[in-house]
Amino acid sequence: MTTTITEMPTAGYGAALWRGLKSFALLRESWVGMLGAFLVLFWVLVAILAPLLAPFDPNSSIQPFAKPGMEAIKGGGTFWLGTDHIGRDILSRIIWGSRTVLIYAPLATISAYTLGILMGLAAGYRGGWVDDVLSRIADIILSFPVLVLYIIIIATIGASGFNIIIAITFASSPGIMRIVRGLVLDLRNRDYVAAAQTRGESDWRVMLVEILPNARGPLIVDACLRLGYVIITIGVLGFLGLGLPPPDPDWGGMVNETRQMAMAFPHMTLFPCIAISSLILGFNLLADGLREISLRD
Amino acid sequence: MVTLVVKRIGFMIFTMIVVSLILFLLLETELTGDPAARVLGQFSNEEQREIWREQHGYNQPVALRYVKWLGNFAIGNLGESIRFKGPVADVMLPRLWNTAILGFWTFAIMIPLSLILGVLSGMKEGSKLDRTISVFGILTTSIPEFASAVIFSAIFVFGLKWLPGTSSMSGGFEFKQLIMPAMVLIVYDFGYVARMTRASMAEVMTSQYVRTAILKGLPYRSVIVKHALRNALIAPFTVIMLQINWLLSGVIVVEFFFAYKGFGALILEASLNNDIALLEACAMVAVCVAVTTQTLADIGYTFLNPRIRFS
Repeated sequence: MTTTITEMPTAGYGAALWRGLKSFALLRESWVGMLGAFLVLFWVLVAILAPLLAPFDPNSSIQPFAKPGMEAIKGGGTFWLGTDHIGRDILSRIIWGSRTVLIYAPLATISAYTLGILMGLAAGYRGGWVDDVLSRIADIILSFPVLVLYIIIIATIGASGFNIIIAITFASSPGIMRIVRGLVLDLRNRDYVAAAQTRGESDWRVMLVEILPNARGPLIVDACLRLGYVIITIGVLGFLGLGLPPPDPDWGGMVNETRQMAMAFPHMTLFPCIAISSLILGFNLLADGLREISLRD
Repeated sequence: MVTLVVKRIGFMIFTMIVVSLILFLLLETELTGDPAARVLGQFSNEEQREIWREQHGYNQPVALRYVKWLGNFAIGNLGESIRFKGPVADVMLPRLWNTAILGFWTFAIMIPLSLILGVLSGMKEGSKLDRTISVFGILTTSIPEFASAVIFSAIFVFGLKWLPGTSSMSGGFEFKQLIMPAMVLIVYDFGYVARMTRASMAEVMTSQYVRTAILKGLPYRSVIVKHALRNALIAPFTVIMLQINWLLSGVIVVEFFFAYKGFGALILEASLNNDIALLEACAMVAVCVAVTTQTLADIGYTFLNPRIRFS
């Protein structure tokens, strides 16, 4: 008896996973989504293979102010995208920088989603004063202009990778909570929820096992969009000098460090900007493709 | 209607008070580190900090300090800026005016542009024009403001040499210097408004009364102008009002990049220089503007929608 009960949800998860994979395969029907998936995959591979791909050490000064395509005077090798003002190879910094962004952005998004989903489930399922309090808190946080909120948080707790994750979680979980709450309000009166309640399952089990998996469609699309937005945020914070501490490469920070020289050496700022825009574009196109497919069936 | 307005304004005041409390707790109390150390710098010694605390009344109880601080705020006494050596209000007002000018031109161009594009693509959902506009919109919203500022500078400033690369207005106001910052803001923002307009227009186009109007043989143009547009433009109104909130974030990046002496650059300067009084005042003004526009958006939406207005 006990085994059947514990096995049921695992089978459910397996099937859900399989359906999820199949809907990703459907992506080939949308060329916009395919292009997005390709861009994201490209950067993920670059990040994984960074030690193999990068021609130079990203943090060592080799030869300052080299133009793109210039040969290194000492030690050989070509600076395909040039070097920056203190002589670091820009291509290598972009390649290693993809790691930074692809580690912090998903971590921050997952952290924001965890909090947002828990708050949204509680607000939507419990209703009453829980909903009132959580919704008021969300309203107040969302009334801040986002970047002002980030600047205040980073100004008080300091700039570091961990603090950026905290700031992003704080600022974006209310938005996620609102979406989840809306979905839960729609789903909580379904028959299978009533069945689970009649079986006597605990509230959290109903919320996490019965309701949440059925709300996944809109949430996956939103997560893709939000990942793109989190990458923008990390880039902007780096650009404003509130991002990750130097010297490790970070795309926004690279623009900030070299923008005074953009007049004479536009390559120093231009290439990191193209890198970050292409990755964000990838996530946004992927979201658009996924939305198109989910509307179709 | 009246109860709604009163309720919304009540919530607005409540939000401002909570925000002021959050700001006070974050910036003025020991919750996130010693404020004396933040103002005097990490190399100040304990004696200097104690003198500073005594002078600025930081040895009083927190609750009393908060009430005093809020009272000063309410009567317009915003304190002294450390960075600019003067009253906060005198520093902030000219900056706010500059940002208002930038914001005005941004909106004056962005709103008609995004509404026209949104209506055109929503009119025939799935058409070639619709797909082109929406992919173009995704492309422009994928480029963060600082990146499009870099790219436009490379093209229009260094390449074609058409426009000035900084907007500090050091030789008096010059409209030419406003073009680059406004262009960056418009390019980043218009995609979202156009997308919302498109969704609203597409929904209206499938409604019963538009179908009836087409079937009874009205010219397509008058169906669009007389029947569809009036309802399709209610939702974008809210979106545009809420866009002011986004603009307040955007101007920080753009003003910093182009050295425009506006409100956004001021917030950043205040935070990087630990100018607490200035940062508090700027944050309160920013939230106040944001909350006011949200309230106006809510009230305006109700007013524009006859189904709610007459119920």
